[in-house]
Amino acid sequence: MERHVLVVFPHPDDETFGCGGTIAQFAKSGVPVTYICGTLGQMGRNMGKPFFATRESLPKIRETELEKACQAIGIQKVIKLGLRDKTIEFEDPELLADRIEQILRELKPSLVLTHYPGYAVHPDHNALGDVTIRAISRLSDQERPIVHAHAFARDCQDVLGPPDIVNDISDMAEVKLAAIRAHRTQSQLVLGRLANGQLKKPSSKDSYSHMLRRESFWTYHF
Amino acid sequence: MNPIDKSIVQPALDSFLNRDVYLHLETTNGAYAAHNRESNMTVGAYIRNGRISYGRGIITGDGPYRVGLKMELGWVYAEGLTDFEMEQEGQLLLAGHDQEGRLAVALELSLHPFEL
Repeated sequence: MERHVLVVFPHPDDETFGCGGTIAQFAKSGVPVTYICGTLGQMGRNMGKPFFATRESLPKIRETELEKACQAIGIQKVIKLGLRDKTIEFEDPELLADRIEQILRELKPSLVLTHYPGYAVHPDHNALGDVTIRAISRLSDQERPIVHAHAFARDCQDVLGPPDIVNDISDMAEVKLAAIRAHRTQSQLVLGRLANGQLKKPSSKDSYSHMLRRESFWTYHF
Repeated sequence: MNPIDKSIVQPALDSFLNRDVYLHLETTNGAYAAHNRESNMTVGAYIRNGRISYGRGIITGDGPYRVGLKMELGWVYAEGLTDFEMEQEGQLLLAGHDQEGRLAVALELSLHPFEL
């Protein structure tokens, strides 16, 4: 059993779409889960459907959505880094790594979930994943937690091989769906498409039914 | 936000004439555009809290609308604007939403800096 799971992602909803079921399983079995959330997703283009957020109201709305989603999947503590959406790759990575390192030394997680740098599509994902790996690599072998990295770039399987961690999360499908619903601005469009049958193409790798059954990770090797 | 009404937005643009105003200007096709193959490229740009002053500001078109702000040394331009909001004092929000309600373009003006 894990001692403490630390989750590091840049946007409210990354924790839900990528690994909400996995986190919920840890939380249900009594493992403390802390989430370092980099930004408030200030620059998202999804504003709800029909849209109800504006560019200026979006951060506050997403902060509230994050709270509800964390309640749903059982994340007890959220640490917000206060960065701005789309700018993480332009920050000084060593300074950001310092902040992550400090949290690592304090919480001593046995497992870290973050994005696999270079294979996570969004520049913020890659940048925060990179900074997190930097921080973890500063720890000694004895202190270093296991890292399960999330990747979904089109070429990730070609380069990284198949994911070595494939979690069956069917028992948490309802919980994950509740968290997805909590991120209203970000999920109404896609849930609407799902209801209309527009996302049922079996060819779609990102199909929703798959997302509610399995979550995959690559163990990061230092 | 509400669908743009030029008879409201034009006087709002005029209210900022020759004043120091903070500008938020952006356009985006989404961070996953290339990943989703909605297009071949992910493109986007934004300016947050650019400080400008303009002596002429016009909204035109029949919807979606265009806005041009003429400055002493240049222009600010946005196209595809569909909705507006003026809830905050001294602040005008204009945005263009696609058929799915996703923001594709935004032009915002404020007498005070926008929150970071």
